[in-house]
Amino acid sequence: METVHTDVAILGAGGAGLRAAIALAEADPKLRIALISKVYPMRSHTCAAEGGAAGVIKPDDSLEHHFHDTVAGGDWLSDQDVVEYFIREAPRELVQLEHWGCPWNREPDGSVAVRSFGGMQKQRTWFAADKSGFHILHTLFQTSLKHPSIERFDEFYATELLLDEGRCAGLVAIEMRSGRLVRFDARAVIVAGGGAGRMFPFTTNGAVKTGDGMALAYRAGVPLKDMEFVQYHPTGLPSTGTLLTEACRGEGGVLLNKNGRRFLQDYGMGPETPLGKPVFKTMELGPRDRISQAFWHEQKKGNAVPTQWGDAMLLDMRHLGEKKIDERLPLVRDMSISYMSVDPVTDPVPVRPVVHYMMGGIHTDIRAATPLPGLYAAGECACGSINGANRLGSNSLTELLVFGRRAALSAIEHLQSGAPPASDAALAGGAAAAQARIRELMQRSGGGETVAGLRKEMMQAMEQHAGIYRNGEGLAEACGKLADLRRRYARIELHDRTNVYNTDLLQALELGSMLDCAEAVVASALERRESRGAHQRLDFAARDDAKFLKHSLAWYGGAGAPRIDYAPVSITSSQPGVRDYSGGRA
Amino acid sequence: MTGRRVELEVLRYHPETDAAPRFQRYSVDCREEWVVLDALNHVKETLDPTLSYRWSCHMAVCGSCGMMINGEPRLACKSFLRDYQGVIRVEPLAHFPIERDLVTVIDDFMAKLKRVKPYLIPAQARALEQGEYRQTPAELKRYKQFTLCMNCMLCYAACPEYGLIPKFIGPAAISLAHRYNQDSRDGGRAARQEEIAAAEGVWECSFTGACSEVCPEHVDPAAALQQVKIKSTVDWYLAHLMPWLKK
Repeated sequence: METVHTDVAILGAGGAGLRAAIALAEADPKLRIALISKVYPMRSHTCAAEGGAAGVIKPDDSLEHHFHDTVAGGDWLSDQDVVEYFIREAPRELVQLEHWGCPWNREPDGSVAVRSFGGMQKQRTWFAADKSGFHILHTLFQTSLKHPSIERFDEFYATELLLDEGRCAGLVAIEMRSGRLVRFDARAVIVAGGGAGRMFPFTTNGAVKTGDGMALAYRAGVPLKDMEFVQYHPTGLPSTGTLLTEACRGEGGVLLNKNGRRFLQDYGMGPETPLGKPVFKTMELGPRDRISQAFWHEQKKGNAVPTQWGDAMLLDMRHLGEKKIDERLPLVRDMSISYMSVDPVTDPVPVRPVVHYMMGGIHTDIRAATPLPGLYAAGECACGSINGANRLGSNSLTELLVFGRRAALSAIEHLQSGAPPASDAALAGGAAAAQARIRELMQRSGGGETVAGLRKEMMQAMEQHAGIYRNGEGLAEACGKLADLRRRYARIELHDRTNVYNTDLLQALELGSMLDCAEAVVASALERRESRGAHQRLDFAARDDAKFLKHSLAWYGGAGAPRIDYAPVSITSSQPGVRDYSGGRA
Repeated sequence: MTGRRVELEVLRYHPETDAAPRFQRYSVDCREEWVVLDALNHVKETLDPTLSYRWSCHMAVCGSCGMMINGEPRLACKSFLRDYQGVIRVEPLAHFPIERDLVTVIDDFMAKLKRVKPYLIPAQARALEQGEYRQTPAELKRYKQFTLCMNCMLCYAACPEYGLIPKFIGPAAISLAHRYNQDSRDGGRAARQEEIAAAEGVWECSFTGACSEVCPEHVDPAAALQQVKIKSTVDWYLAHLMPWLKK
């Protein structure tokens, strides 16, 4: 097996991976950097983020405001020391992107423009129309081309992390174009592999979001933290799940039920605000978890709008006018017309909650370090944790910048700590075992299970039992189902046994990642007998700080179920309180 | 909810087993509102797991799923079945080597993109502590359109020159160079000129405009190419007729 020797291997070349690579290259041009991704960098899912990136910049705002919005938005499950670091670094990172050319929208005086976002008490979301993630990704990718020390391995799918004496010392990946396995020996590894939304059938997430990075770390013994917190974005197109950004509401769009009522006022987010004059942290500028939950209740009451794709609500942007929609929400208009045949300039657009983001992920600390020496993680795959039980929109694009860079700096500190080189025999042994596992999967016959079949059953179980509202009975059933699916996964039989760009093999491996992540989600959700943020239990309807103001940790249990234990939440200045989205009038 | 049976004719090629590309016919039960990508995914899931193609976002921003659909370069996620009658022929993007089935080898584009230095080369250095560069909405507008390129490479598949002269840097790479040249913060035009004003740079373009016609983002690479040509011509005259201006 060919071996690539590198100093830092980065897994994933989306926003976090690219930001880490650039930080490494800038810190020391002599460092060897291997940027490994199963897709070309510009295909990474960062490109699909629309609304913008949060960072305090305007004189009427303050770091304290951003801190309190984030912590309350996360229902007090965020680590407050990490949030403090995050909000302090945020503006610097966004200015840095500006210096690299990101085409942020501007005020008439040439300063950067910001917009309103849900759960934020001031305007602090930097944006590039409604393609903010796209521009961040391309700015980072293009900037990375400046650095010859960043060696890219595009379309390499990592199958395993390599360990030696309790340290992470490399990985094994399949080169898609040839099918050959390559061993990467690295003194540090940064995982930036994105979320796992594809474990659900109805999601804004692209096909690549299969939790591979999470699963690799998990199997290597790193716990997955707070996996039960899965964010539903309130406004996806019912036909395809395509995201319509929260900026639709930030700019003044409103949500209506079938009677034309702005129903959020009936769920503690009122009083109703004047049309076209959104008020911070009120009504349509409430947080995503609350709005998605309100829709669920409207649906139960029979107030949803029926469509051929199921129940929906209406997102009305007509009063914004064509000029503003074209200037600030051009992609939203284009997609509504293309995929729903509805023009938001003339008609309200049917939308419904859709799986969007994993608050949980690889257990990391304020330095983006995992408990496994030599292994770091950043971006959606990591849980640091700033987002707690519910992420505020526009914090995640900033997060991948702040912690992408932080992971790089921590990796450099690790290199400088003078750890002895890993044993070649240990890495060779790990790589040979990884190769044997792939070979066995490729050659297996007589199992009878298919990738598409198991994937469908997994998605159904997740949608049915791990959605906006959950209960113990359903979650227990889902745990049983996932255990069964993981057993059956061992009997998957590939139809394609060739080497070049074998997507049958790729999808089988991705399914393996999703099954592991999904099991961590339902097992953590079953044990959390309270309702907090995006995790709502019908059988435990209240938040229970006495028992559950703590992070869930899911530990990989091999063929068995994950083991769940807990870690404390770091609280510096904000004691758990009431989340108030009523304009202060609750 | 209405359904429709669609006949797909898909190019298949596997370098390990096929001497030459061939076509395979699939009869697919589709929903009326589907795009070609949905039909391919349905094939992959229910009829033939061996079919390979790239895709991810299903919302025309990641640029993965560029293919020839009935002979035209298109994103499969934005090609609606309702716009097609009869058999739909799906092939890999023209002008690129086929890696397998609908997957092309894009090394050439990736190398060219890097060559044009598609990153900001600041006209004036600025420390992070000084905050953002000032850029008015009008200055933003001068280059914004060219930032929308998602590197889907439909323009290369449409470009007759690229088909004939593979050394041609091509529409997307030149548009991205132009994007930075037009940016009020940038001072790197001279550094990029070497590549884009060279023989295989803009001068290979015969201005058929095919690139702009197929661009899903209306980036208008043809306009970028023409603007670069004009500026390069002005450069030439300045350098040769009024050399003192360069000093």
